[in-house]
Amino acid sequence: MADVNRGNRPLSPHLQIYRPQLNSMTSIMNRLTGNALLLGSVLIVWWLIAAATGPEYFATADGLLTSILGKLVMLGSIWALWYHALAGVRHLVWDTGHGLEVAMADKMGWGIIIGSVVLTVLTVIVI
Amino acid sequence: MTYMTDRKRVEGLGSARSGTGHFWSMTVTSVALLILTPLFLFSFGPLLGQPHADVVTALSHPFRAIIAALMLVVTFHHFRLGVATLIEDYVRGMARKIAIIMTIILSYGLMGAGLVALAQIAL
Repeated sequence: MADVNRGNRPLSPHLQIYRPQLNSMTSIMNRLTGNALLLGSVLIVWWLIAAATGPEYFATADGLLTSILGKLVMLGSIWALWYHALAGVRHLVWDTGHGLEVAMADKMGWGIIIGSVVLTVLTVIVI
Repeated sequence: MTYMTDRKRVEGLGSARSGTGHFWSMTVTSVALLILTPLFLFSFGPLLGQPHADVVTALSHPFRAIIAALMLVVTFHHFRLGVATLIEDYVRGMARKIAIIMTIILSYGLMGAGLVALAQIAL
């Protein structure tokens, strides 16, 4: 094993020179939304702790979450949640070996983008 | 001739027998979250901005409490694994180990804090 050629192999394309395309962008967004959801989840846990502490502290936390800034974060989190959920479904489909052709992957990519916006609007209306 | 040992070659590339553990755990938690997320959004979301007494009453309801508790457990388990992948992709060496440990501490910390708060409200 120690004498395997490790020097003359093709390199994967560097991010800087790689032409952006729907699949790479939707994949990056999936990672971004998943990790960014930390912010919303910290706020929700904090809100729960405040609710457990008492009415006064709850008023502070609830006030911040329902302020303009808080509402923006919550709206962003709802969208991120739906985006990440739909992108996750695409991964589950891919894991079965289906939908890996570029055309189908692109179709599902648009489904994620449009679907996440539609579901976000629906969620805001219902909530 | 290079002095690359087999040990050196496989280090950090996942061990035998547990190599698919991470993948499988992500698959299971994704499916669970597909069920839990809508339930959580629509049962928990409307509580934001409600008076304290109403929130306490609502979260004392077993269905809401169970959904919220499961959401906390599964989300932060999924989050821990996902962030670990991010760190493995971009961070190297000792910083990687420290970052992954911090992620695990943060995930279980938030999960625990949320669960205790929920228990205090619900009981």
